[in-house]
Amino acid sequence: MSQNRDSSAQMRDSSRKSMPREDGPRMGPGPRGHGIGTPVEKAKDFKGTLRRLIQFLKPHQAKLILVLILAMASTLFTIAAPKVAGQAMNKLRDGFVAKNVVQQMIPVQEAAAKEIKAMQSSEALPMDAETKTKLENFLDLPLLTEAEDGETKAMILTQMFGIAETLPQVSTGSDPAGSPVNPADTMTPEQLDDTLRAVRETNGRIDFSAIGTIAILLLAMYVLSAGFSLATGLVMSGVAQKTVYDLRKMVDEKLERLPLSYFDKRTHGEILSRMTNDVDTISGTLQQSLTQLITAVVQLVGFIVMMLTISLPLTLIVLVSLPLYIFATLFVTKRSQKYFKAQQKSMGQLSGHVEEMYSGHRIVRAFGQEEESVQKFKEVNDALYEAGWKAQFVSGTLFPVMGFISNLAYVVIAVIGGLFMTRSILNLGDITAFIQYSRSFTHPIVQTANIANVVQSTIACAERVFEVLDEQEEVNPVLFAADGHRAPTLAPVQQTCGAVELEDISFRYVDHEPLIEHMSLKVDQGHTVAIVGPTGAGKTTLVNLLMRFYELKGGRITIDGLDIAKMPREALRSRFGMVLQDTWLFNGTIKENIAYGRQGATDEEIVEAAKAAHADHFIRTLPEGYDTVLNEEASNISQGQKQLLTIARAILSDPAIMILDEATSNVDTRTEHLIQKAMNRLMENRTSFVIAHRLSTIREAEVILVMNKGTIVEVGSHDELLRRGGFYADLYQSQFAGAMVEASA
Amino acid sequence: MIKLFRFAKPYKFLITGVILLVFLQTMADLYLPTLMSDIIDKGVMQGDTGMIMSTGAKMLLVAGIGGIGAILSSFWSAKVAVGFGKILRNQVFTHVSTFSEKEIDRFGTATLITRSTNDITQIQSVFIMMLRMMISAPFMAVGGMMLAYSKDRTLTLVFVVAMPILALVIGFIASKGMPRFKIIQVKLDRVNLVLREKLTGIRVIRAFNQSLYERQRFDEANRDVTDNYIKINRIMAFMMPSMMLVMNLTSLAILWFGIIRIDSGNMAMGSLVAFTQYSMQIMFSMVMLSMMFIMVPRAQAAAVRVLEVLDAHPEIKDPENPVQSSLTRGNVEFRNVTFHYTGAEAPAISNVSFAAGPGEVTAIIGSTGAGKSTVLNLIPRFYDAVSGQVLINGVDVREWSLETLRHKIGYVPQKPVLFSGSISDNLRYGRTDAREEDITKASEIAQADSFIKDFENGYAHSVSQGGTNLSGGQKQRLSIARALVRNPEIYLFDDSFSALDFKTDANLREALKAVTKEATVIIVAQRVGTVMDADRIIVMDEGRVAGIGTHKALLDSCPVYREIVLSQLSEEEIA
Repeated sequence: MSQNRDSSAQMRDSSRKSMPREDGPRMGPGPRGHGIGTPVEKAKDFKGTLRRLIQFLKPHQAKLILVLILAMASTLFTIAAPKVAGQAMNKLRDGFVAKNVVQQMIPVQEAAAKEIKAMQSSEALPMDAETKTKLENFLDLPLLTEAEDGETKAMILTQMFGIAETLPQVSTGSDPAGSPVNPADTMTPEQLDDTLRAVRETNGRIDFSAIGTIAILLLAMYVLSAGFSLATGLVMSGVAQKTVYDLRKMVDEKLERLPLSYFDKRTHGEILSRMTNDVDTISGTLQQSLTQLITAVVQLVGFIVMMLTISLPLTLIVLVSLPLYIFATLFVTKRSQKYFKAQQKSMGQLSGHVEEMYSGHRIVRAFGQEEESVQKFKEVNDALYEAGWKAQFVSGTLFPVMGFISNLAYVVIAVIGGLFMTRSILNLGDITAFIQYSRSFTHPIVQTANIANVVQSTIACAERVFEVLDEQEEVNPVLFAADGHRAPTLAPVQQTCGAVELEDISFRYVDHEPLIEHMSLKVDQGHTVAIVGPTGAGKTTLVNLLMRFYELKGGRITIDGLDIAKMPREALRSRFGMVLQDTWLFNGTIKENIAYGRQGATDEEIVEAAKAAHADHFIRTLPEGYDTVLNEEASNISQGQKQLLTIARAILSDPAIMILDEATSNVDTRTEHLIQKAMNRLMENRTSFVIAHRLSTIREAEVILVMNKGTIVEVGSHDELLRRGGFYADLYQSQFAGAMVEASA
Repeated sequence: MIKLFRFAKPYKFLITGVILLVFLQTMADLYLPTLMSDIIDKGVMQGDTGMIMSTGAKMLLVAGIGGIGAILSSFWSAKVAVGFGKILRNQVFTHVSTFSEKEIDRFGTATLITRSTNDITQIQSVFIMMLRMMISAPFMAVGGMMLAYSKDRTLTLVFVVAMPILALVIGFIASKGMPRFKIIQVKLDRVNLVLREKLTGIRVIRAFNQSLYERQRFDEANRDVTDNYIKINRIMAFMMPSMMLVMNLTSLAILWFGIIRIDSGNMAMGSLVAFTQYSMQIMFSMVMLSMMFIMVPRAQAAAVRVLEVLDAHPEIKDPENPVQSSLTRGNVEFRNVTFHYTGAEAPAISNVSFAAGPGEVTAIIGSTGAGKSTVLNLIPRFYDAVSGQVLINGVDVREWSLETLRHKIGYVPQKPVLFSGSISDNLRYGRTDAREEDITKASEIAQADSFIKDFENGYAHSVSQGGTNLSGGQKQRLSIARALVRNPEIYLFDDSFSALDFKTDANLREALKAVTKEATVIIVAQRVGTVMDADRIIVMDEGRVAGIGTHKALLDSCPVYREIVLSQLSEEEIA
């Protein structure tokens, strides 16, 4: 059963900027009906990935073996059931035949006896002694109606079947006067023997006690099979989900250790999709397909074995039809795959267009491009239709084709089976059981074909997940030296004063594009470094290096004389506070968000920090105050208020060195004023690196770093740089001077 | 859902055809067991090979007809259902294209996207299922019942017991399981949310050394979703085995009671085999039907969402007799304009009046939420004023046709929107027939020329969807150039310089002066530097006009303006 995913999740998916893989209509949650409906992705290294995935299942080995046993047990019962039911049919048929023949023979015997008696009394015909004895013998036979056991009945019947030969004078069966017909006349010798056996065994009755026993056996088998199948599902749900839990956890912890460059190179959608879609696919496969695969294989083998126990020639017929099934399945899936792929591609284009047009609706309308947009949509939609109906049609033909092959096999089996029955090689129950097996035979074949596709997609997903796990991690000096003592580099945080020195540093993001070459800079404790430059000048590069989000290519950076590359990252980062323009808050209460700056901060300290950041006032105006939960987009407070919260967070963490971004876009003037005041407070007595937008900050900074196109072009104080008349002077004139002059006028 | 079927009208003959074919196919499927039982009764039991052969040939014929019926119905139902989806998508997309901002706001872009794509796909796939299974299931159930009844009346009593049990079992498990799927969705969303937060906040998390805390947060969500998955999978694990058990027990019951019937001579042997087959077909159609009961409500919900879109009618439409032309050009006038956003308590702007003419630069400044953008939005009729009038060239905007009106306007939005395609495609967006020179000239003015030339393919450089391969400043400059290419009467810049640094901003405004001599320019801005040299500054405060005048005049007369200036320039810079 497959449910299309809840739309709310899809909304979010599609609104995300760029999903690398267009998933089309997603299936899920949980167990998914994969198979013919989805295009197959192929893994680069199928075997290796499969082996790794199996490694993941190792911890659950015992349970998996249990699943294997349970699934096999359940399947074995379902496989055996038709055969057992066939036994019942055999008993039924024997009883039925025997009963019929006995019922039929009773009047025949009576008629024959009457005739013989008539013959004896009339003596019209000349009879030799032998014949006489025979006639007497016949008359001496107990009556069928009076016979007690099957043996006797069979004996009587044998005599009667032979009557035509032994006593040709007796006209039973050919009497034109309409006396009862002797069935022996129409049956083959084999059938007669079989009938006699049936009479012997069943005593000419349907053997309810035997059939009853079989029925109870069947009942038990059905219940057991269901029970085992249920147990398989129950055990497997735990295994699959726990494996996926481990996988998610591993990826999550891996992400923690990846360098920032990994995240900067990829879209969030791409990483998210590995964590969610790919892992979900794996979960679905483990949950469903694994058991299905076991069941299908066991069924396939079991059916063949059971058929063999019934009849070798018939089994051969079925096996001859096997390539037909496989061929049909392959033919149909291969063709439908092509269309499904095309469909998915068109669907991706269509979603892309819709997303673009709807999010740019205002522009489309303002520039009067509605018609073009609709035109393009129709084109893509037409392509989608073409691929879509073909995919549906081709995949829809599989079952009729398979059904027809199955019917064909049925007829052939029936013909040959009928032939066998007339020769009494097979009994009815055998034939019915065999037919059931041969008809069920298609099911595991189709299923195996589907599972093969699912497994391929899953391996492709697993491969992507493993790629993440294989990424190079960032190196981190160990917190403790080998002898168990604290490494000397981890000086207690309190001792940090905040003197920073860059010694001959070089850096580049991409190998062939040098950005910073051999730069040195000394920043004393409590000084402010202003980083200025036009938009896109790479002002965050220095931040990345100081916080060791990226690694230097040459030289070293020291804090209070300690090389930051030799510090554990945690120790380094605890010395810094950071307020970025991109305010990051999480879906939690305001209190939790401020406390993020320092674990274990008391409520008083939090309020204190909020007051210092001028955030206390607005927080108190919120209905829930400090317990207000910021919603997912944190849209229940304004951009400026968010910025105040991030400042409060930084104040609470009380670092020796501050990194600030002064940019305040989308903030109203009053809040901006507050932010400015809070930032000034934050910079007091701290070494600060400020991405500066305010003239006052720049002018008061001890050092100004002027950046352009990613590199540091000038370093110096405001006055020095102005005197130099370089890039900074130019920038300053165009940005600030004009405003100042006009304003003061 | 039924309301949507009006869009399937072009297919009504095909649908009838499909129904007939499905009927044919179902009849064939139902007839097969009869033939099979004949083969057993009259052929196999009697050892009559000739009979088996002739019945077998008949059977193959019937199976062949059924198969062809199935393939044909698959062909037509695919065409019908996918075609229906196509029509529906076209309808919805075309309809949304006529929406005004009000309707877009009402729904939200994200859900409109879902409604136009996924929801319709879902309806389409359920439609296919309906054509394939839902039509055949009742045929199958009723036909199977009738045939079973004809074979043996008394034995059909087994169904009377079995079918309700099956329905109850499926219903019970589904009712336990389905609500949990919703819970799972919530839990999965939570995992995604935490993960997304971790990705967006990665610098902050690392800077504050909070990896451990984040790990716990994720682990909680992960564990939660896992536990819920296990629970639901445990519930759903009951589904198949119990369904199979009911079906198997039914066939067992049929076997047992059938034997009794045969013993008493009320039934033929072959009938039992056929009867068992019928019972399976009936039971399977029951399972199909119950699947439909699960699928249809989901499609129903999707259909309701799609219908909501189709039933929403744009409030802003072309007038019946639009004004064709006017004597003046570039005149914009607001007369006592008040506007409410739907559902908002206070008006976004109230009693705004001003006039702007060609060759003039009018700047609107004010804090966030003061109503600056709202003023701009009323000019191209993204929204209509609630009271008062917006006049272009002396004519109420509501009397112009939307096309004529918008043709006069070059609009640059706050958040630059670019479309996938080349840069020159994007620049030509407002005027498809623009010449090469127009494009280069516009990009030069917008200070975009230099960075475009830096691209390997220059103007042919392709912009990815949403312009993600360009920086904010680049996008903004391109979106300005796009408006310039249009060469309109009126320019509307909605805070369009915010991502530019001061230098680029200044250069751009300088270059703009030359081209906008003839045109009317209205700029919304946050920076004092951007608005200072405007001919007219409109200061907005909480939806009202707090002052209109030049920089100097306002500095003296308007306290709100003074406050804004003060917050951006320090005291000494002003003094």
